[in-house]
Amino acid sequence: MMDFFRYLGAGTRKSFTKLGRASYFLISILTGIGSVLVRPRLLLKQLHSVGVLSFLIITISGLFVGMVLGLQGFYILSRFGAEETLGVMVAASLVRELGPVVSALLFAGRAGSALTAEIGLMKATEQLSGMEMMAIDPIKRIVSPRFLAGFLSMPLLAALFSAVGIIGGQIVGSGLLGVDDGAYWSQMRANLDFQGDIINGIIKSVVFGFVTSWIALFEGYDAIPTAEGVSRATTRTVVNSAFSILGLDFILTALMFGDN
Amino acid sequence: MDIFNSSQDSLVSVHNLTFSRGEKKIFDDISLEFERGKITAIMGPSGTGKTTLLKIIGGQLFPNRGNVIVNGRNVHNLKRDELYTLRRRMGMLFQSGALLTDMTVFDNVAYPLREHSHLPESMIRSLVLMKLEAVGLRGARDLMPNELSGGMARRVALARAIALDPMMIMYDEPFTGQDPISMGALVLLIKSLNTTLNLTSIIVSHDVHETAAIADYIYVLSEGKVVGQGTPQEIQQSSSEWVQQFMNGAADGPVHFHYPAKEYMDDLLHSEKPLFSRHRPSNDRTAKRRRYS
Amino acid sequence: MSHNNTQDTLVGLFVAAGIASLFFLALQVSNLSSFSHGNTYEVTARFSNSGGLKVKSAVSAAGVKIGSVKAITFDPKTYESVVVMDIDAQYKTLPDDSSASVFTAGLLGEQYVSLDGGGSSDYLKNGSKIEITNSALILEKALGQFLFKSAEEKKSTPDEKKSSGKK
Repeated sequence: MMDFFRYLGAGTRKSFTKLGRASYFLISILTGIGSVLVRPRLLLKQLHSVGVLSFLIITISGLFVGMVLGLQGFYILSRFGAEETLGVMVAASLVRELGPVVSALLFAGRAGSALTAEIGLMKATEQLSGMEMMAIDPIKRIVSPRFLAGFLSMPLLAALFSAVGIIGGQIVGSGLLGVDDGAYWSQMRANLDFQGDIINGIIKSVVFGFVTSWIALFEGYDAIPTAEGVSRATTRTVVNSAFSILGLDFILTALMFGDN
Repeated sequence: MDIFNSSQDSLVSVHNLTFSRGEKKIFDDISLEFERGKITAIMGPSGTGKTTLLKIIGGQLFPNRGNVIVNGRNVHNLKRDELYTLRRRMGMLFQSGALLTDMTVFDNVAYPLREHSHLPESMIRSLVLMKLEAVGLRGARDLMPNELSGGMARRVALARAIALDPMMIMYDEPFTGQDPISMGALVLLIKSLNTTLNLTSIIVSHDVHETAAIADYIYVLSEGKVVGQGTPQEIQQSSSEWVQQFMNGAADGPVHFHYPAKEYMDDLLHSEKPLFSRHRPSNDRTAKRRRYS
Repeated sequence: MSHNNTQDTLVGLFVAAGIASLFFLALQVSNLSSFSHGNTYEVTARFSNSGGLKVKSAVSAAGVKIGSVKAITFDPKTYESVVVMDIDAQYKTLPDDSSASVFTAGLLGEQYVSLDGGGSSDYLKNGSKIEITNSALILEKALGQFLFKSAEEKKSTPDEKKSSGKK
């Protein structure tokens, strides 16, 4: 029994220490961003590997999620004779929740894990150490550009996901199931608010992009520099990102849509 | 200030350095001097923290006690900017080469130049080709690091380390895992670079013969202490048991083959899972010791 | 260098697609485009009951959206609901004796304010009050009244019912 408490205590202390390291790391990343802006090529390269390479998975997933929403929404709404509001249902669920959340989860799996593995391997092969000895700060040259790229890509990917999803819902809804095309769009437009829905959705994805990139880069940088250490760090990135995304989504939703 | 603490002809001086990792003392109050323009070797069995010493000299790790003076400056009292300025003049050759894997050989060598100098690209090109020529790999400039053999990667890394014309180079196990030919090439290269570029070299190695062939002065470390020092000849003739064991490669002697543990019979008779436990040498044992203590 | 060029192009395409999606969401999906925030004037109406009307509910005339509800407050002196509406400035020829009613779009739809033009030659302007209002139709109340009325009718004219039943 004492062992259990000792274990618990040690575990708690360890996680606080880690949080402290992560915060310190975040501060160094943020101070390094200035030097990224002077070297746009570094950013461009990372936008390619973080954003462009996630493009396909995001669009395809978005399309299918939208189509499923259209299908399920139609079956439920048609029971109440409210098929016209299909557009509202599809768009609201995508823009408010599924767009930011699902694209962030996919992003953590696709780009986050790759970032962790890359940084972890660079650490394991002494590349980061080597840069330090060349008097080049690896945070500024390696970490900050990746962070900025992740942070910038996320809202774009989420918007893409939602937009493609809404079109997917329309294809199923009005293309296959016969919902009136005009009603699909006009109901959507009448009921979705720019400020309340679109902007809040974007804010969510910005927060998720920030947190996911932070977790991924920190886990890589903090990884034990062995094959096993890097593989564990990669797993932790995906798991911790998923928890953080879903937890933060609840908090943000409560803050944004609570008083409505 | 610091300048007067170290003798004039030392580029690097280590004074009373103590460094521990967890419970284990890696260095216990050691002092070393590295003379300008000379090749000084630090030798010792694996696990004596030779790489750690280089990282301490480079300012990547902080000692528990003692100080390190490089070119008259106390490395661990420097501000970050000053440390980075100092590091531009300290080359380090990592065991793995530590080449950046997403760049060609050419770009790897050009990298420190592009970061630290504002030279035009044409000048950088000539400089890089010069450095690559010096290590005999001018023809390999368009290869990616994963296309290089271990020895070639180390030579590219050497070209990169001398790109900024440093005053010193630290070699971390330069001879490990090399075939005899590339080993010979590296030995010659280190020697000739040291004389032609007037470098100060610090070699960390456990390859006795290669190191003894080029070093001007040798320190032998064991269990956190300096157990022998002198020119290669002096070391060879040393009366110290430790040094003799190391230089002649005897399996057992003052340096034990076994990692510290409790009595063998005790361990066998009282182990918790005698038959089915997997053989996990160090972890298991330290964990057990902690539980008993 | 050619490698870098394709990379640049791809990044450019990605960013363009992302921004296009943002615009698509802003303009096609939400109500941002349907109503410009800049040029509006404010009109107030008092209802004895504004029902399920909400901020941002539509204000329409003859079925066309001309503005939105800006604020709804309760006046504790008169026990009335005070509804402030923003009307698009391009509709500036609404007579000042127009009446405002709270209607429901369809059986389950949202509630909205409908303005019905009067005959005055003076127009509503910023800060005007609409005097004639019809409150929201509260479904429970209406049903209750209907049931009550039909029960009364039953009581007062039992013969008619019987005779009609015979037919």
